[in-house]
Amino acid sequence: MHGLAFDIAHLLAGGMVIVSFMLLYQDRVYALLKVFALHSLVLALAVGWQAHIQNAPHLYVTAAIALIFKAIIIPTALYRIVRRLGIHRTLEVVGGVGRDMLAGTGLVALAILVMLPVTATADPLAREDLAFALAVILLGLLLMVVRHNAISLVIGFMSLENGLVLAAAGARGMPLAVEISVAFSVLIALIVIGVFLFRIRERFDSVDMQAMDTFREERRR
Amino acid sequence: MTLALLLALPMVLLAAGVYAVIAARQSNSSRIVYSISLAVSTVALVAVLAYLMSGQQPETLQLPIGLPWLGAHFRLDALAAFFLMVINLGNAVASLFALGYGQHEKAPERVLPFFPAFLAGMNLVLLADDAFAFLFAWEFMSLSSWALVMAHHQESANVRAGYLYLVMACFGTLALLLAFGVLAGPSGGYDFDAIRAGHATPGLAALVLILALIGTGSKAGLVPLHVWLPLAHPAAPSHVSALMSGVMTKVAVYGFIRIVFDLLGEPVAWWWGGIVLALGGVTAVLGVLYALMQHDLKRLLAYHTVENIGIIFIGLGLALAFQGNQMYASAALALTAALFHVLNHSLFKSLLFLGTGAVLTATGERDMDHLGGLIHPMPWTALAFLIGAAAISALPPLNGFVSEWLTFQAILISPELPQWLLKFLVPAVGALLALSAALAAACFVKAFGMSFLGRPRSPVAAQARETDRYSLTAMFILAGLCIVAGILPGLVVDGLGPVVGLINGSIQLTAQHNQPWLTLVPIVDVKSSYNGLLVLLFMAISGMLAALLIHRLGSSAVRRGPAWDCGFPDASPATQYTAGSFAQPIRRVFGSVVFQARERVTMPPPGDPRPAKFEVRMRDPIWDVGYAPIAAAVVAVSTRFNYLQYLTIRRYLGLVFGALVLLLLGVVLWR
Repeated sequence: MHGLAFDIAHLLAGGMVIVSFMLLYQDRVYALLKVFALHSLVLALAVGWQAHIQNAPHLYVTAAIALIFKAIIIPTALYRIVRRLGIHRTLEVVGGVGRDMLAGTGLVALAILVMLPVTATADPLAREDLAFALAVILLGLLLMVVRHNAISLVIGFMSLENGLVLAAAGARGMPLAVEISVAFSVLIALIVIGVFLFRIRERFDSVDMQAMDTFREERRR
Repeated sequence: MTLALLLALPMVLLAAGVYAVIAARQSNSSRIVYSISLAVSTVALVAVLAYLMSGQQPETLQLPIGLPWLGAHFRLDALAAFFLMVINLGNAVASLFALGYGQHEKAPERVLPFFPAFLAGMNLVLLADDAFAFLFAWEFMSLSSWALVMAHHQESANVRAGYLYLVMACFGTLALLLAFGVLAGPSGGYDFDAIRAGHATPGLAALVLILALIGTGSKAGLVPLHVWLPLAHPAAPSHVSALMSGVMTKVAVYGFIRIVFDLLGEPVAWWWGGIVLALGGVTAVLGVLYALMQHDLKRLLAYHTVENIGIIFIGLGLALAFQGNQMYASAALALTAALFHVLNHSLFKSLLFLGTGAVLTATGERDMDHLGGLIHPMPWTALAFLIGAAAISALPPLNGFVSEWLTFQAILISPELPQWLLKFLVPAVGALLALSAALAAACFVKAFGMSFLGRPRSPVAAQARETDRYSLTAMFILAGLCIVAGILPGLVVDGLGPVVGLINGSIQLTAQHNQPWLTLVPIVDVKSSYNGLLVLLFMAISGMLAALLIHRLGSSAVRRGPAWDCGFPDASPATQYTAGSFAQPIRRVFGSVVFQARERVTMPPPGDPRPAKFEVRMRDPIWDVGYAPIAAAVVAVSTRFNYLQYLTIRRYLGLVFGALVLLLLGVVLWR
């Protein structure tokens, strides 16, 4: 039983890393949102499974939050924002999928190299989970760095948040209050970002960050 | 019990500060706030004196505030009690002075809230018994005194002084923070008991010594960290200047003693003393040389604070050198001298600043070249100032002489030290000390002579009036204490005994109260002894005899004749000596080397209506060598990295990401 439980947890956490990689090369906005929903769904499953094997019912709440907010409400809201902004047909130029994939692979290797020696005394389940969570966080950051589009930036930020929740769920005895606050902080961030997107659009007629850069000092120098 | 009382009193002061925020603009608020400060300081003084008289059992108290895993520890022992006595005496007298002086304050709402807070901060520093409480109180003290320095912020010089003070205070606190971090070690025991129990390795202990010297030295005004002091101390209102110079520097000395003598504990290398000694000697001489070049009365006094801090640190350095060689009896002498000078300097420096405050109230001038002849309108202020000036110039039978004499006694034991470097260094420092004492006397002849003697150099000086009674009472309390401590030094030395014993392995000077005629005998009476009472009696009797003889033998017939006018009939006050001309010989001897002082006389040819001009240009070597390059480097670096303020969001994210990846790589590779 323990072997199977471990394998499934491993599979789900590894699945999140895979989905993070998928996020990296989506060049259509809708596809990006759908993959993000998938990301959150896998997170919900992973957390739910953790709740089952740790006998920690409060983690079911976390899983439900992940499912309802991150897999359903946030993607739907972003979907509507994108449609109202009329940028759903935009193709984002993703420069060098191969480059990003290689960088991502390096980051996963780095996460494993960092986490496995540090947590040598922890139980194997938490170790693997933490390594995967760090990989997801780093991939989320990478997504934020390599993309130009504000929507991609938001998605990168929230996939990073998913990594944090995964790490929190993997550690035994994490109080629920923390997760709820994390989830709500994401929701608030979404609202703020949504408002900002409209403001940005009003001002610059685009949510392309490169368009905004022309208003910065750097370009003028 | 005493400790609880002493902790409650600062809370009263803080409440008074809050009251002052609300009621600063009411006419009687200044009187109320200073009365509360006076009452609280007096109660604290009495409580501490009672504690010092009654055996000095250490008291501790732990309050559940501050860091959650640490709490706030407070402790009262002989060392803290002695310094509490010094500061509360200064606080009480300054508050009394301010009852009169504060009436002239133009912007009371900028002074009243911070004055009690400043007093409370100083009290709390002395009571703190863990690093967090200590640093918190230390910063509280720094910030409230900074606010007082900025009280008259309309003058741009004060703003600059405040800025420099803030920078130096932050720098000093950073050094102290690091010192406590090193002391606490990796286990992080930040309460002083844990620090005392742990023993630092010699290397780390030396690091703590250096950091403590930087941290407390920057507050006390140790050269080369003194640059802010002569700017900031005079910028504050005079009673605050008295506290900053006379009292707050003592809190810094306390910090140094607490860290180096108490917390670091036993293992002392002999060269520690050498460093502190050398710094003290340089500080003493440079301080007084700077002072001689000044013509601003308050700035002159502030530079003298630097000098006196040097003298105190000479005593402390000697004590470290002796302790490093297990010569505890000699260390006791050096420590007694240093602590005695702490008390003395707080007395006469507060007195002198208060006297300057009285002059400032009466004339509105701090520049000696605009004063003169004040002894006629302000005889009592002049008398008090004269006593203070004689005391700081180390003239017997006043208190300044006793502590400097004790320091010299400690220096004279130095040939017994085994290290050759110290054998050479200590007499050299002794020579510096002697030089600074002589120059200090010259400087106060200048300060008193230019301000109080001669004829008024400006209309405001001619129209001066004597100051109010509160101020005079405050000054004469201090003057009286200067005399008492000077003629009964044995009592003070006995009072210092337990304090010295606490930080010197329970070894203190032999009790002095049973010496015949209250003589002070630091080692054995065949070597040296001093009796202030006899000196006073001798001076009084010989003075009276001389007066008697002159009156008896001289003719009593009154003759009136023209005064000798030095060849200047109908001399204008401008023909008198000025502060600059009085100091010219010393400036030529020392200043041309140390300060690169250059004099230039512009004498227009006959027939040219332009006035002749005399200019003196001086450079501050320490600012030029130490501070100007640092300031230039900071400006250069920040200009270079200015473009970092104008990056795109992606660049910023990229920087964060890159830093994170680099750190993680570091973790991986370093393991």
